[in-house]
Amino acid sequence: MARTIIPFGPQHPVFPEPLHLKLVLEDEIVKEAVPALGYVHRGLEMLADIRDYHQMIQICERVCGICSTIHAQCYCQGIEELMGIEVPARAKFLRVIWAEIHRVQSHLLWLGLFADAFGFESLFMQCWKIRERVMDINEATGGNRVNVSVNIIGGVKRDLAPDMTRWILSELDLVEQEVKRLEKVLLHDYTVKKRTVGKGVLTKDQALELGAVGPTLRGSGVAQDIRQLGYAAYGDLSYTPVVAKDGDAYSRNRVRFLETYQAIALVREAISKLPPGEISVKVKGKPEGEIVSRVEQPRGELMYYIKGNGKKNLDRLRIRTPTFANIPPLLSMLPGIELADVPVIVLSIDPCISCTER
Amino acid sequence: MTEGIIVFNMTPNVLRNFFSKSATRLYPKETRETFGNVRGELYNKIEACIFCRTCARKCPSQCITVDTKEATWQCDPFVCVYCGVCVENCPKKCLYQKNEYRKPAIEKEVIFMKGEIKKEKTEEDQQEK
Repeated sequence: MARTIIPFGPQHPVFPEPLHLKLVLEDEIVKEAVPALGYVHRGLEMLADIRDYHQMIQICERVCGICSTIHAQCYCQGIEELMGIEVPARAKFLRVIWAEIHRVQSHLLWLGLFADAFGFESLFMQCWKIRERVMDINEATGGNRVNVSVNIIGGVKRDLAPDMTRWILSELDLVEQEVKRLEKVLLHDYTVKKRTVGKGVLTKDQALELGAVGPTLRGSGVAQDIRQLGYAAYGDLSYTPVVAKDGDAYSRNRVRFLETYQAIALVREAISKLPPGEISVKVKGKPEGEIVSRVEQPRGELMYYIKGNGKKNLDRLRIRTPTFANIPPLLSMLPGIELADVPVIVLSIDPCISCTER
Repeated sequence: MTEGIIVFNMTPNVLRNFFSKSATRLYPKETRETFGNVRGELYNKIEACIFCRTCARKCPSQCITVDTKEATWQCDPFVCVYCGVCVENCPKKCLYQKNEYRKPAIEKEVIFMKGEIKKEKTEEDQQEK
């Protein structure tokens, strides 16, 4: 049987961002997938040469729109460790609150896009409708829907007043109620299961071998999450990773759906334990030395390598985003599946291409 | 048999949406009230500005140009990322952000402001002293 090469992307109805896959097909079955990246490379890492280390916070936020605050948090934590700055406890809790609110909106965005990938339009719109409440929380607390921009080196810029935390909790209750109404659809509906169960299987061994991260790894039965290390205030919060065992698209969907509840619970817990005190400390000096900073993004482990030379510009900034780590697992999921299932499988790793290409 | 029932799980949500208030607005006819501390359009109270260039130095997107000799302050609103760093660092607190986002436009424009040079005043002050 002759082999055909079908270009999948860079412009494809299911992709919010340009990813190009060359699919080698035999009839309708994918035999091999070859990725091509580089459509949205912006050279953000190189900006470290011409912008000072404080200005890089705003640039790091713009690596990814969906998890902007987590990128800034990772960068700030790295610089703080490099300069030996002890962040106040309240700032640590506030960082967790914003990070988890971001996780809720990111997962809701993904659940919608995933539903869209298998053609469930009403579910897609419902997820995004719920997400609007979370975006409003971002806007009311941080001043912007997407780039919340609260992290600074040494703490956070903005504080949460008691009436604001009460409002956040009441809004999150509504979000949880609305998400709960979708549980039956996303986890038990015939249509959803038919398109996702048993599709794009990544076994536990494969996931570990290929270096999968985040929900892609946890969907294959590995309980591994950077939050277990207890960075920021996670050490003071009760956190256990959500795991699903099957390793298929449905498992990854399940992990993300249940993580939405978990993120809401973490915000509640962080607000209830929010200590009083300062929200930032003054920063003196310049970063010197090199460090690797890691945090858990909605898509998985995010890694920043920072090298300072005692000047205001950094020597090197290297960003390893979770989607980059999840591309090899994706390529191992694709062989053997039908062409019609490719969009669902590709979306199941939650690809963030702008992140990957920086 | 149960499989057949599971198909209609989305229906209650659809019906609820059908009988509830619309989730969208007829924008721009109908707009939502903005939240209190939103980082919107950036402007300068030019009469208080001392043209110290702190905003231009701190700006991560380099959208502000200050000419100390000519006493001009200009900002390219299409380059600005509305991060609010300039507002926080302004020593005279003359920069401010409105609570509303900038409206989309089809032509580029630059916010150009001309103030008075404060240097003469300070010299006079010194003479008085």
